[in-house]
Amino acid sequence: MTELVDYDELLTRYDPALGLEVHVELNTATKMFCGCPNVFGGDPNTHVCPVCLGLPGSLPVINGKAVESAIRIGLALNCEIAQWCRMARKNYFYPDMTKNFQTSQYDEPIAYDGFVELEVDGETFRVEIERAHMEEDAGKATHVGTSGRIHGADYSLIDYNRAGVPLIEIVTRPILGAGAKAPAVAKAYVAHLRELVKSLGVSDARMEQGSLRCDANISLMPAGSDVLGTRTETKNVNSLRSVERAIRYEMTRQAAILDGGGRVIQETRHFDESTGTTGSGRSKEQAEDYRYFAEPDLMPIAPSAEWVEALRETLPEPPAEHRRRLQGEWGFSDIDFHSIVASGALALVEETVAAGTTPAAARKWWVTELARRANQDGLELDELAITPAQVAAVQGLVDDGQVNDKLARQVIEGVLAGEGEPADVVKSRGLAVVSDEGALSSAVDEVIAANPDVADKIRAGKVAAAGALIGQVMKAMRGQADAGKVRELILAKLT
Amino acid sequence: MNPLLRLSAADLADMMSRGELTSEDLTRACLERIDAQNPTLNVFLSVDPEGALEAARAVDARRAAAEHLGPLAGIPIAVKDNFCTTDFATTCGSRMLEGWVPPYDATVVTRLRQAGLIIVGKTNMDEFAMGSSTETSAFGPTRNPWDTDRIPGGSGGGSAAAVASFMTPLAVGSDTGGSIRQPGSVTGTVGVKPTYGGVSRYGLVAMASSLDQPGPVARTAYDAALLHQIIGGYDPMDSASIDAPVGELATAARARSLDGVRVGVVKEFAGEGYEPGVLRRFEEAVDVLRAAGAEVVEVSCPHFTYALPTYYLIQPAELSSNLARFDGMRYGLRVGDDGTRSAEEVMNLTREAGFGREAKRRIIIGTYALSAGYYDAYYGSAQRVRTLIQRDFAAAFETVDVLVSPTTPTVAFKIGERVADPLSMYLADLCTIPSNMAGNASASFPAGLSDDGLPVGFQVMAPPLADERLYIIGGVLERALEARWGGPLLRELEAKA
Repeated sequence: MTELVDYDELLTRYDPALGLEVHVELNTATKMFCGCPNVFGGDPNTHVCPVCLGLPGSLPVINGKAVESAIRIGLALNCEIAQWCRMARKNYFYPDMTKNFQTSQYDEPIAYDGFVELEVDGETFRVEIERAHMEEDAGKATHVGTSGRIHGADYSLIDYNRAGVPLIEIVTRPILGAGAKAPAVAKAYVAHLRELVKSLGVSDARMEQGSLRCDANISLMPAGSDVLGTRTETKNVNSLRSVERAIRYEMTRQAAILDGGGRVIQETRHFDESTGTTGSGRSKEQAEDYRYFAEPDLMPIAPSAEWVEALRETLPEPPAEHRRRLQGEWGFSDIDFHSIVASGALALVEETVAAGTTPAAARKWWVTELARRANQDGLELDELAITPAQVAAVQGLVDDGQVNDKLARQVIEGVLAGEGEPADVVKSRGLAVVSDEGALSSAVDEVIAANPDVADKIRAGKVAAAGALIGQVMKAMRGQADAGKVRELILAKLT
Repeated sequence: MNPLLRLSAADLADMMSRGELTSEDLTRACLERIDAQNPTLNVFLSVDPEGALEAARAVDARRAAAEHLGPLAGIPIAVKDNFCTTDFATTCGSRMLEGWVPPYDATVVTRLRQAGLIIVGKTNMDEFAMGSSTETSAFGPTRNPWDTDRIPGGSGGGSAAAVASFMTPLAVGSDTGGSIRQPGSVTGTVGVKPTYGGVSRYGLVAMASSLDQPGPVARTAYDAALLHQIIGGYDPMDSASIDAPVGELATAARARSLDGVRVGVVKEFAGEGYEPGVLRRFEEAVDVLRAAGAEVVEVSCPHFTYALPTYYLIQPAELSSNLARFDGMRYGLRVGDDGTRSAEEVMNLTREAGFGREAKRRIIIGTYALSAGYYDAYYGSAQRVRTLIQRDFAAAFETVDVLVSPTTPTVAFKIGERVADPLSMYLADLCTIPSNMAGNASASFPAGLSDDGLPVGFQVMAPPLADERLYIIGGVLERALEARWGGPLLRELEAKA
């Protein structure tokens, strides 16, 4: 077990430097270099052709829609767009790479020199983007055996459905000066990119399916120094929570090594969700020689200025402006609005409002009840099995007086448990509020009969005592009575 | 030999269209010739008599049904074994792919089938198209029909020898540094390297992607033009494919005069290292062009001198990357997979057994040339020289319509003569390489026999997309020389046999 150093304490001695590489899988209809469908899943090796299998003689042809998406991402990241660039071959061996080279971009990326601004705990952070380039994804190897890793596997199964899926790799310049907030900045950055590519409509950005994945380079330097330390690269972190945890963990691990007079080894590491720790991967001590050269099978890419400007017109409102506008429209205080942003519910609240409910009601459900459920299950809000439209429907039931808030929570529970639409859950669980006079009246009579002393107090004019009887009636009716009606009935009968 | 086999593809097609010949009979005649000649010459790596006859009968049936058929429908053809074919193994002359039957057809092959040509078999070649003699084939050398002790050129020696030995009237080859033209030159046939991007590379197993170009092999300029029109033209599957019409190449091959045509003789391609017999035939051919009305001038292309060393950096560099996929994991050969060895060991054993010496040599050179510390010194410099060669062409084509030179400095050398000396082997492509570096069009036409009775080739080079100029020059030259010889050059070969 690695010795760790207290997180707050290490920051008195070290400054962290972050470098984030985020891979975004584009949701184009077809793959990067061939006409195979670009869809997640499917039986292994069913979405393949000679091109994405890298068969001898096959040739790539670039997907114009992928280039368009790359340019739009570049523009949304405030990048310059190359007037002329090329694809390159990155020659290396990887078991699930069909050609034994990856078609990527090297010294001529499609987009470069951009930035994004993030708000973290009320402070604005500027993250510089070095480049965003196009490349293809590899297939997926499953190593069968006790280890689950390639070393020690009995055999490996390879599914090439993902081979040739278009990727955009977004690379930051070193992020310095974040201090203790480094993990939070990283999380906010990835969350920002996720929101951005979703709003552009270019990717599903589903981290759990790997369509957005983050490699985090982390190093520590002595406080006050400006020389970067030796870094490690934690690969394929696949949730926002993990981004934060992995970086925090690496900082404490590296600090422990440095404190002990040791040397951080430059290597790739893997994050283990269950333990919250990182483990050693491939050593990168010797620089790899990828023998890059311009891909001779593909023509250069020269997006015209007119095209780039036309694509700029298609960009959605930038996230910061979008937020300012929403806050104004919804009329929330800063505190209430930030509670939405902080819980990652903004898009969900927006969709819930769009589905026909008030901003206050949408906020109520997402930021309280659903955030609690997500936290409890270790999920992101948008991974919960309930849609904004369903949340709006639950609130609709409350507004119609069919359920009260307490019952509505049970409805939500039913939806999350897969029992169907809100109305179905009300029916199957029998949750509807009872306001039928006859049923309520007999329940009230029973409670009055069972509590003669309380009844006498009310008859004597102590109306406030009615509360106790209302509670009894509600209990008898399993919370489904209309509380206002019950009160009216009690008072009518006793005064 | 069946006298039919002496005829050109165009004449055979005419006979078929007049109902005087069936494709089945012609195909049978070719198959018989192959049976008789192949044991000596080792031209074909695979032949499918049943499949060919069936395809021939299908074309005959379509003709009988008065269907409109293309100009070469029913003509048997040989295809170099680096084009993917679903009905034949595609070996590239390598143990690495022995027995590998691709699941798809190359675009060239698809177009041949659609045009009704009959693919009778796949021809021998230097391993993965590396070589100038067809001696590096894992399946033994092909022999030159003019002298079976000699090489038929390479890497497309099989395709050239198939046509020269009357096994098929036509063949398809691929030219990376001269692999269609140099074999054409030393076998007395017509070999054309079209403009880069003029014929689709899709399904052609790559050697050096930026240089590879499929093209026709034939016995006459007109036949080559007809074949070029069938296999050429835009293909969306090849990103380098040019979206422009192929042009009226067959019409060009029937030109009668060269009035107003300016011909540039490349100054750098003469002198030391060129056999006197080769230079004499070249000069005679230039005189023929002059007599046909051409204006002939000498043109200097100073960077052509560096074409050979430049080529031998760029080509192995691209090749080392293209051949990386042959790792024994997904198709072709696999050696040593007995359950005790790691994947890496199996890959090493497979590559050791599967690749020949020349392939290994070039993979190592290419890997070295691309490696981080040497990239600028080798690959980077080579790319810059390549640009200079392109500029030489561009400057020359401002003053002349075509450039000409001998296709090769020497006639066919003896089998085994240069195997141990790769540098001398590389010299065979000295004159052909610049066209691949620049991506322009170029061809070799028979220019007669050297003093020792072996064929000499005449090379014509034209600007990109001006392929028709090759056929104008080639057609005029061919008619004038044949009138002088009293018939096609290959009649001399028949007379020898």
